[in-house]
Amino acid sequence: MPEGAATPELARVTSRWAVDGSHTIDGYRSSGSYAGYESIKAALDMTPDQVSGLVKDATVLGRGGAGFPAGVKWGFCPPGVWPRYLVVNGDESEPGTYKDRILMERDPHQLIEGCLIAAYAIGVAQVFLYVRGEMAHAQERIAAALNEAYAAGLVGKNILGTDFSVDIVLHWGAGAYIVGEETALIESLEGNRGMPRLKPPFFPAAKGLYMAPTIVNNVETLANLPWLVAHGVDEYRSVGTEASPGTRLIALSGHVNTPGVFEVPQGTTTFRELFESEQYGGGIRDGHHLKMFIPGGASAPWFFPEQVDLPLEGRVIGGEGSMLGSGAIVVMDETTDAVKACLRVVRFFARESCGKCAPCREGTTWEEKILQRILDGHGRPSDLDLLLDVADNISPGPYPTAAHPDAGLEAVPFPPRQTTICPLGPSSVAPITSAIRRFRPEFEAKITKRDSIPVSAAPAAPAPTPTAQGHH
Amino acid sequence: MARFSAANEQLARSIVSRYPLPKSATIPLCHLAQEQDGHLTDDAMGHIAELVGCTAAEVLGTASFYEMFKRHETGTYCVNVCTNISCLLLGGEELLEHAEQKLGVRPGGTTADGMFTLEDVECIAACTEAPALQVNYRYFHQITTDEFDQLVDDLRAGKLADEIPPHGTLGKVRQEIPADKVANITPPEQQTEPVWIARHRLAAEAAAPAEGGES
Amino acid sequence: MSERPRKIEITDPVEITVDGQTVTAQSGELLIEACERAGAYVPRFCYHPRMEPVGMCRMCLVEVDTGRGPALQPSCMLPVTPGMAVDTTGEKVAKAQDGVLEFLLANHPLDCPVCDKGGECPLQDQTVAYGPGESRFVEEKRHYTKPIPISETVYLDRERCILCDRCTRFAKEVAGDPLIHFAERGAQTEVATFPGEPFSSYFSGNTVQICPVGALTAKPYRFKARPWDLEESESTCTGCSVGCRVTVQSSRNEVLRFQGVDSDPVNWSWLCDKGRFGFEAGNSEDRLGEPLLRDGGELRPARWSDALTAAASALKGADADRVAVLGGARLTNEGQLAWARLAKSVVGTDHVDAQLGDGLPAEVVLDLPGATIDEVCAPGGTVLYLGPDPKEELPVLHLRLRHAAVNDRVKIVSVSPVATGLSEFAAADVHPRPGETAVLVAALFGGDVPSDGVAGVPAEQVLAARELLSGAQDLKVVVGRQNLAESAAVMVDAVAAVRAAVPTATFLPALRRANVRGALEAGLAPGRLPGRATLEAPGSWKDAWGSLPKSVGRDAEGILTAAAAGRIDVLVLLGADPLSDFPDRDLAAKALDAAGTVISVDPFVNASAARAADVVLAAAAFGEVAGTTTSLEGRVTTLAQQVTPPGTARADWLLAVELADRLGTDTKVATAEDLWAQMVEGSAAHAGASTEALADEANVDGVLLALDGSGFTAPAATQVPPQNSYSLRLVVNRSLYDHGTLLSHCPSSAPLSREATLVLGPADAESIAVTTGSPVKVTAQRATITAVATVVDSVPRGTAVLHHNLADADADGVDPGRIVIAGEPVTEIRVEAG
Repeated sequence: MPEGAATPELARVTSRWAVDGSHTIDGYRSSGSYAGYESIKAALDMTPDQVSGLVKDATVLGRGGAGFPAGVKWGFCPPGVWPRYLVVNGDESEPGTYKDRILMERDPHQLIEGCLIAAYAIGVAQVFLYVRGEMAHAQERIAAALNEAYAAGLVGKNILGTDFSVDIVLHWGAGAYIVGEETALIESLEGNRGMPRLKPPFFPAAKGLYMAPTIVNNVETLANLPWLVAHGVDEYRSVGTEASPGTRLIALSGHVNTPGVFEVPQGTTTFRELFESEQYGGGIRDGHHLKMFIPGGASAPWFFPEQVDLPLEGRVIGGEGSMLGSGAIVVMDETTDAVKACLRVVRFFARESCGKCAPCREGTTWEEKILQRILDGHGRPSDLDLLLDVADNISPGPYPTAAHPDAGLEAVPFPPRQTTICPLGPSSVAPITSAIRRFRPEFEAKITKRDSIPVSAAPAAPAPTPTAQGHH
Repeated sequence: MARFSAANEQLARSIVSRYPLPKSATIPLCHLAQEQDGHLTDDAMGHIAELVGCTAAEVLGTASFYEMFKRHETGTYCVNVCTNISCLLLGGEELLEHAEQKLGVRPGGTTADGMFTLEDVECIAACTEAPALQVNYRYFHQITTDEFDQLVDDLRAGKLADEIPPHGTLGKVRQEIPADKVANITPPEQQTEPVWIARHRLAAEAAAPAEGGES
Repeated sequence: MSERPRKIEITDPVEITVDGQTVTAQSGELLIEACERAGAYVPRFCYHPRMEPVGMCRMCLVEVDTGRGPALQPSCMLPVTPGMAVDTTGEKVAKAQDGVLEFLLANHPLDCPVCDKGGECPLQDQTVAYGPGESRFVEEKRHYTKPIPISETVYLDRERCILCDRCTRFAKEVAGDPLIHFAERGAQTEVATFPGEPFSSYFSGNTVQICPVGALTAKPYRFKARPWDLEESESTCTGCSVGCRVTVQSSRNEVLRFQGVDSDPVNWSWLCDKGRFGFEAGNSEDRLGEPLLRDGGELRPARWSDALTAAASALKGADADRVAVLGGARLTNEGQLAWARLAKSVVGTDHVDAQLGDGLPAEVVLDLPGATIDEVCAPGGTVLYLGPDPKEELPVLHLRLRHAAVNDRVKIVSVSPVATGLSEFAAADVHPRPGETAVLVAALFGGDVPSDGVAGVPAEQVLAARELLSGAQDLKVVVGRQNLAESAAVMVDAVAAVRAAVPTATFLPALRRANVRGALEAGLAPGRLPGRATLEAPGSWKDAWGSLPKSVGRDAEGILTAAAAGRIDVLVLLGADPLSDFPDRDLAAKALDAAGTVISVDPFVNASAARAADVVLAAAAFGEVAGTTTSLEGRVTTLAQQVTPPGTARADWLLAVELADRLGTDTKVATAEDLWAQMVEGSAAHAGASTEALADEANVDGVLLALDGSGFTAPAATQVPPQNSYSLRLVVNRSLYDHGTLLSHCPSSAPLSREATLVLGPADAESIAVTTGSPVKVTAQRATITAVATVVDSVPRGTAVLHHNLADADADGVDPGRIVIAGEPVTEIRVEAG
């Protein structure tokens, strides 16, 4: 089954995925698309500003969800204010997203070297590598890699004999999706409940960990840095588009023949190519056709067959009413019950709401209860409008959605507005507006006829050979 | 039902020392307590409060926010079946139903023999390997009902004991920071401009005295 | 009520637009405040002006345009910036606010008819004013066991809770007692205590007051009244001398509740629990509703005419030099003036002392340049703290100091014999040996520091504290009695040491009895006359009062010593209970037994009166007498009469006027205001505090007396003998909850007093092989007592602690009063395992 990059030339962060022992320091040094721990040596020969400049010039976009340029983000640290902290967001939890875990499990030194490069450039003396709690194997791999790197003088005091010193501390979470939001991550790292802070005034680059300037970067973002330093800006920008250069990891799941995690050029690859190419998804599950898909994680408004020719380009997708988010594409064929899929995603947000602000805490659970009632056959005709109005009280005004040409409806561009503190509450609205706008009759059928479309009773094709393990 | 053992208290203190402020160690120490006792006891939370310098109520506030901290006894193995969207599409719910029947408990329940606690969980980041589950946070990808039965039987028979430690233990490898390698871990207010930044700033200022540079 | 809009002075104006009107706001202030002052009240639940905003409830969303288009923003989190345009009422804002209200109501029970908060509930008020008529939420609501006690006095109903974070924020930010916290997550979030660790904060009652729904209720008020049945008036709490402003609320002539009022220079709306629930004493069945006369050894009810005649004839028949008056610090200013005149002019004795050997000389309180609470807590300042543990004795002052240190960069150098509530946040916290405070204080300002330290404080601590004080331009000193087992002279010497080093230092006296400052201002101290006049320089009082005592009289210790020697024929206890309050209980008991006629003026039969009073004049208590009071900082505020006294109990001032009349002096006083007018007329310091001035809206926080005291002269330093290396120096501390007369009559607070134990440091405990819980024998010069030991890290080596008035006066308990000898500079004890 395919995974990683379609060609070796495209393999930047995935170049060691298929290599045995790539998680060790020796494996890291001796394999892959660049020589391990040579990039930090090269970076140390540059000034910190030059390294930052490299990241800025290459336009390394954040891979966590918002897609903000990392170099620009680094520049938001107020000058002359110390300490600065770097926090690595490895709390991958967005439904559909599966990439940071592989990066941490299979190539932990790549991430560590990325941290070193960033720490050197930003002026960070302590890095916290926050790994999702449920990822025991990734924690083991990173702990072992850090132990090797400390022993080799690559992390800690006077790295490679220079005056550059930085500690990298492995920290792990304990099960809370919201901690993937950067201010909640910081709260969690401070030992608190992972409840987001308000922005303004708590922008991490100014008032982050312990109220000090803090850069929070995603695992994949930092994993790109060693390759970038080794190959330079021009080569980095040689694939992708002007606005979205380089590659990015896409987790393609759901009703395709060969789901997998792929490294693809940003901006140029289209959804159709991903779904249909033999190198990637290998087509919609045999005998079925596409009903809808989520283009960027559970928080993203849904797309439909009309949108399959759009490129994986943040701005384009935003303009068309959704987001590329965390690179998580979930494909759903016509057997999927839109109401049930909608409920499942809404339930996720209701369960994961931190409870800090009223609209999210009360609104998401209310949405879930209404949808569950509809699905259970106790829906009322007024429930759909109620649902939409409750949603509107979480995210007021027209909610981002894809165009629906048959119904004469235009796209509403991303992002949504919010009465909440953070985007979690508004994210629960994405499946509701997406599904009701497109599949209102399915909802009405549940309410009036108490009819139910069977949900994926069994995969239409035999499942790929199962391997009962996740260790590599 | 216990405070930290002497050895674990030592370990706990070394974990606290890795953070600029002790309270940051709360979650790692809760994991350590869970590793020691299988779940997070009140006594352990009281001890953690002493070690990180806060009240037990604050430790409870933090711990109870996170799903992985169990404040009651669980089975030796927590079987977490994902039913979120990608797994739902490929049989996650059916797998959960099967697991309920096989184990004879509803999600949240523990088998009478104390071996298994079944949970219906949110996305575990194995979406392309649906349906997926975890046993004590170890992954099992693309699980069929037959494979599930085999897995349960193997666990009962102790065949996976080496691979899967009892509930509470996460990573079997711990980060160790040798004392002579620690770069600079102090409270934030004691931190100053890193030396390499200062060196480059001074060099830049010397090269272009009129510019001034950031300070 | 408690959250009245704050008056601010605009020093850095910015112009913003609120609902189309141009408004001048203070740069950086929160939009919600600016809107409110502009008349656009924005509804809110989580926002509280005295706590950090959190933006959680989302009720205060308004539409704000800062040039990038309008967006919904929580006005409690947004500082105003120039040109900001705000819409607080538009359609989008209304929809958002209605939506939030609906969310908050979704899981909120509809039990308003049986909820204590009903009628004064912000959630109910908002819903009635703007909410939907009908609920769209048809699902099952959340359910919890209700209510659950989270402390001895506070109950929590989690179903009603809207998770605004006010109580939990208060506990952490304001009180520094984070014993309640959010637990669980999302829709299951609840406020919780840790199992076995209740919310035992001295300040827990504030959470009830600030709860915007009926989730938190206080045991003393639960189901007692409906808000619309309450009558209320603003007054001042007399639980201690801080002078917290309160609303006194009553129904059917019974005080049922205190609510803190946000007095900006004083209590910021906070109260301690002792004060908040202190009204219970007034409702006690033990209150005296009629006077008593001793008859055959028993105190029996009597007619007022008989009681007053008995008192008057005792006074009339006695030689003035054999009459003494103890107490008066719990009276109103007016009562104090009336009694001062009765004692000093009508009777002619100067043996008058409002304090009971547990205070400071009048010249320390009145004759030093004064500092207000606000001045002590001014941002960035430096404070030398020489007072008692403020958390135990002056709780709201503790909150102000905590805020100053934690939020406003105030450096507190705390000097005390053992750790206090300040230790947690003081910049320096040093513990000199009892008796040697002045030596240490002198060393904090200069001189050689021996390598083995000063007064038991290690050299490096002395130097670190000196460093903190060295740059202090405007040093503020808080001074009080830290240790009842050492003489007051120790603290007077410490004050002299500060004065010698920093002549510009200003002082806040930290004495705890409610109106002790007023009593001293009224002349209830030896050698003093009202308005800071003295017998030597009586000013206009000589003319106003006629005769004055010939010479300076005795203080409390002198009075009790004279009485014990049979030289006092009439002893008046003016709301005083020397048996419980005087540090040397042995002397107090002897004095009471040997005094001639003992007249007690009190709302209760206190321990001393029960033992020795011949006449008990039933006095009105707090809330039953209108008048004024003077706080520790010299702030005069009004006291309201909210209910009538029980039976025929009378105001203190009236009793003094009647007795004066029976002794042949017409004081020309018909009302309390008449008395106050005499005070204002006769005292330059009181000139601004007339009844009219106090009624002025501009003086809503009261009137500060002149604080320009200058008459203090340092007495000769007290000689403290060197410490015997086999003995420990005793510290006698006060606790918030002790066995005081009023507290004993508060059903909610009385059970909270701690067990009396001997508290030792670990080194001393080890040397005599005792641990917490071990029985010990404490031997002092006069007596040996037995106690149980408590071992804590915060007590330094060579020192041991007993708590004052925790043991019953008559029992053979752990009572430091049995071993402390009045007049000794320090008390040395030997402790052995027993």
